[in-house]
Amino acid sequence: MKVCDIAKILNGNILFSNEKCESDFLTACGADLMSDVMAFARDNEILLTGLTNPQVVRTAEMMDIKAIVFVRGKVPPEVSLDLARELGVNIICTKLPMFVACGKLYEHGITGGVHEE
Amino acid sequence: MNQSMVKVFDIQKDDFISAGEASSSVKKILKQLGVSPEVIKRAVISMYEAEMNAVIHGGGGKGYAEFFKEHIEIIIEDNGPGIENIELAMQEGYSTAPGNIREMGFGAGMGLPNIKKHSDQLEIKSEVGKGTTLKITINF
Repeated sequence: MKVCDIAKILNGNILFSNEKCESDFLTACGADLMSDVMAFARDNEILLTGLTNPQVVRTAEMMDIKAIVFVRGKVPPEVSLDLARELGVNIICTKLPMFVACGKLYEHGITGGVHEE
Repeated sequence: MNQSMVKVFDIQKDDFISAGEASSSVKKILKQLGVSPEVIKRAVISMYEAEMNAVIHGGGGKGYAEFFKEHIEIIIEDNGPGIENIELAMQEGYSTAPGNIREMGFGAGMGLPNIKKHSDQLEIKSEVGKGTTLKITINF
């Protein structure tokens, strides 16, 4: 799934799109706890979160996560967006709450991470 | 690489904008050295969690990353209050972080357990009232 598909499914806005990133996203992780993201996230995941501080983008960098969806209508501050641009992390905003956003992506074939077989 | 290379970083107290820059630099160097992505991830998760601990609890401090042929040693030292009970601090979910830190997605008592989980060796030296030093080893 491409970044534009994610935005379309979630009725969201793309705030930053990394043109060089042709990533095909297959899995996602929904979390507001960054330590959990670091403990469980896989490569090439989409991170869905309601937190917008720069450390969310930094966590994505550490985990090689190339797309963040901010849920519940949260808009990231400029400092987070700057970091996302610098690191090439795609940023999408949606008004949908976390559960619904995850559900919609799941419905379209995006699966969970580590513990799902 | 016969001689090791050392990088030194300043870690600023309560600076949640630039926190993580040290780990980010180390990630770039490990990539340049051709270390495998899986090992890089273990190293940067460990270092980033330790760096955040120093920012949150330790009142800032210093980070050192020493690159050897077959491993990396990461030292994060702070001049914070120290850890009273290391065994307790190693338990998942045990936290002394204030609410504003938890609101940022950290401080849920996962930092030290995450470092332990992702590193090959973890040494913690801590003295109450003086500070804490973590030595993390990751084998390539």
